[in-house]
Order: sequence, then C-alpha cells, then structure tokens
Amino acid sequence: MSHEFEFLRRFLKDRSGLVLTPDKQYLIESRLMPVARRHNLKGLSEIVLLLGKPGNDALAVEVTEAMTTNESFFFRDKVPFDHFQQVMLPALTPARQSQKRLRIWCAAASTGQEPYSLAMILNELAARYAGWRIEITGTDLSREVLEKAKAGVYTQFEVQRGLPVQLMLKYFEQNGDTWRLSQNIRSMVKYQTFNLLDSFSSMGQFDIIFCRNVLIYFDNDAKIDIMNRMAKQLAPDGFFVLGAAETVVGLSNAFKPMPDKRGLYIHNAPAANSAAPVRPLSLAAVR
Amino acid sequence: MKTCLVVDDSSVIRKVARRILEDLSFTISEAADGEEALRQCQKAMPSAILLDWNMPVMDGLEFLSRLRREPGGDQPIVVFCTTENDVAHIARAMRAGANEYIMKPFDRDIVESKFTEVGLL
Ligand SMILES: C[S@@+](CC[C@H](N)C(=O)[O-])C[C@H]1O[C@@H](n2cnc3c(N)ncnc32)[C@H](O)[C@@H]1O
Repeated sequence: MSHEFEFLRRFLKDRSGLVLTPDKQYLIESRLMPVARRHNLKGLSEIVLLLGKPGNDALAVEVTEAMTTNESFFFRDKVPFDHFQQVMLPALTPARQSQKRLRIWCAAASTGQEPYSLAMILNELAARYAGWRIEITGTDLSREVLEKAKAGVYTQFEVQRGLPVQLMLKYFEQNGDTWRLSQNIRSMVKYQTFNLLDSFSSMGQFDIIFCRNVLIYFDNDAKIDIMNRMAKQLAPDGFFVLGAAETVVGLSNAFKPMPDKRGLYIHNAPAANSAAPVRPLSLAAVR
Repeated sequence: MKTCLVVDDSSVIRKVARRILEDLSFTISEAADGEEALRQCQKAMPSAILLDWNMPVMDGLEFLSRLRREPGGDQPIVVFCTTENDVAHIARAMRAGANEYIMKPFDRDIVESKFTEVGLL
C-alpha cells in the first residue's frame, strides 16, 4: 500500500466516514485525477502534499466530494415508497392529527430523487393533508449534488429510472433533452449540506428518517454510531428506513426491524431510547 | 412463461431488446411493423408488447388503437419504446391505451424499471 493511498484512506475516513479497501485503489485514481487537473496539480502525490498542509480547505472539500458515490433514482427499490404510503403515513397521520405536522429527513439525499419521490406521493395525497405542515429535509455531504437537487433538472435517462410515465407527465416540464420538476414539488423539499459524522443536535426531531445507501460505505463503528444517534432524533413512534443492502441487525439495538417490512425499522424501546421530549399524541400509534 | 412481442423495424433494436428481455425471463417473438404485429396478436396475445412508433406499413400508434379493439386486445401490457420523446407524443400514446413509455435511447435499467412499474416483473 503506497503512502499516498494510506494518507487518503485516513483522510477520507475522517472527513466523510468512507472506508476504502485496497481493492478500491482504482477509485481514487479515477475520481481524483480530474480534481488534480482542475488545480493544475501533477497527480495524487501533489494532492496529498497539499492536503497535508493547513489552509487547503477548498481542496479538501473537493476531494471528499469527488470520492462520494451519488447514484440515485426515483422510487428506488419501490418497496420503501410503498411502505411510506401503506405503513408509515397510515400510522403517523392519526397520531399527528392534532399537531398536523410531519417531519421527514432524507439523510443522504444526493441529487434529490428520494425526497422528491416522497414529495410526489404526498402531493398525490394532498387532499388528505390540507392544513398540515409537512417538512421534507434533504441533506447530503456534497454541495454539488444538492445544487443539482435544488435545480430539479434531470436527464432523459434519470427521469426514466423508476419514475412512472404518468408522474413524469404530471410533474415534469420538458426542456430539450432535460426534464425539470415542477416548482410545486421542488418547494416541498428543503436542502442543507450536512455531514453525518457531525452532531445531529441542530436537526430536531423527525417522524421519518430515510438513511438509504450511504451507511454501506462506512465501517461498523461509524454505522453503529450514526444509527444510535439517529434513533435519538426519531420520534418514539417514528420510522427509520435503510437501503436494500443495509440492516441494523447485529449493529444497533436502538432499532428493531418491522416484521415482513424489508428495510423498515422502529424504536426497540420507544420511550427509553428517545432523548427527545415525547410529544403528547405520539405514543398512541403503531404498536 | 411470460411472452413479449418486440415490434420495431430495426433488427438491431429488436436484437438488443430481445437480449435484455430474455435475461428478464421473457419468451420473445418479433415483428417489423404494426401489421405483422397485429397478425401475431390475433393468433396469440402476448403478455407484453414493446412497441416502436415510426414503422413502415402500420405505425405503432395505429397498431395500438387496433389492438385495443381486438377481442382480448385489452390484455397485453404495452410499453412504447421510441425516439418520439416529447410530451405531446407521450400523452397521445397513453391516451391510446399504452401502459408505459420508454424514450430511446434505452438501456437495461430503464427496461427493467419500466417493466417493474407495470407489474410485469
Ligand atoms: C448512493 S447516494 C444515496 C442516495 C439516496 N439515498 C438513494 O438511496 O438513492 C449516497 C450519498 O451519500 C452522501 N454521503 C456520503 N458520505 C456522507 C456523509 N458523511 N454525510 C452525509 N452524506 C454523505 C454522498 O454524497 C451521496 O450523495
């Protein structure tokens, strides 16, 4: 293992939690050579040299972002979105009937397909939620993907992956080769750059947390830490959603899987696990 | 066994589509235009039809309108697959009874995603 690889491995683990095994060395090359070129640097060794010195924050951010994998698509894996509509909303809607408030966090929002899929579902149900304040917060480490998410402009390929054509016709406006999501749906999601390694205390309490396809890049310690801290941000009767290749089993006792609901988790011991104040109605639902 | 009729005047496209759909466990038949496709459907309705728009003899839209008037013609799930990629065309196809719509160029992911969408996978 070269000195450069070892340096970058540590650097990325500290900055974003990303774990790079030696067989992923090629990823560093392919992702960071363009960064080197943009900065007129000769290659990885010069990047490493600069990152080792103070005052190169912009480069550090760029390197960290360049190493993230941002793939996403609308209604990815379908099942979590069925659960959203058929399990989470039916449980939370009566439980929040008096506050008329629902907070949803997409903790690795990438280019926006996940929060926007939820927003489209909610918009289809708009009549049911008249007078409600429903917040969808999309966060990601990478500013670049969030810029794209905010713009809501997708290629023909992106708009065909997972998105039913009826919803595409209804919510997107065509502009040459690209498709722009309507202002109405875009305005339902608020974006914020946020690193999952940082404290969640500023985030407040959520009813639903989608944390999909990001923990797979981290080691077990980071996964456990993030899941345990997310449990503290989740309402006692809230829902936690992981990606298809992820699980809490064997990692965190804060959550337990919902039987027959793949990828969907609830608090293991609701009141005890939640540091957040219990809201009056919230214990009523689900269990 | 699910069957899919691939209707496209380009043999290259038919071959690409065949390869993707066979991997998804469909039994494939092919037609090079709407008229040929209609004849095949009159003999046996497939579970799914992947349908190009612009073809000689009979185009995809006319084929679809006629198919839907055939006995049992409401059964096949029809997914358009065409370079016509503007809202007006898409809306017309859906009104004529298409179930989904793929804008070319397409890839394996898109076909799989659209076929899942309409419950074929
Ligand atoms: C593969 S995408 C997942 C997108 C979406 N959740 C989905 O499932 O389709 C992973 C995202 O996690 C983000 N990410 C990686 N490390 C992060 C961290 N430490 N904090 C916040 N976001 C991070 C990446 O920037 C990337 O956009």
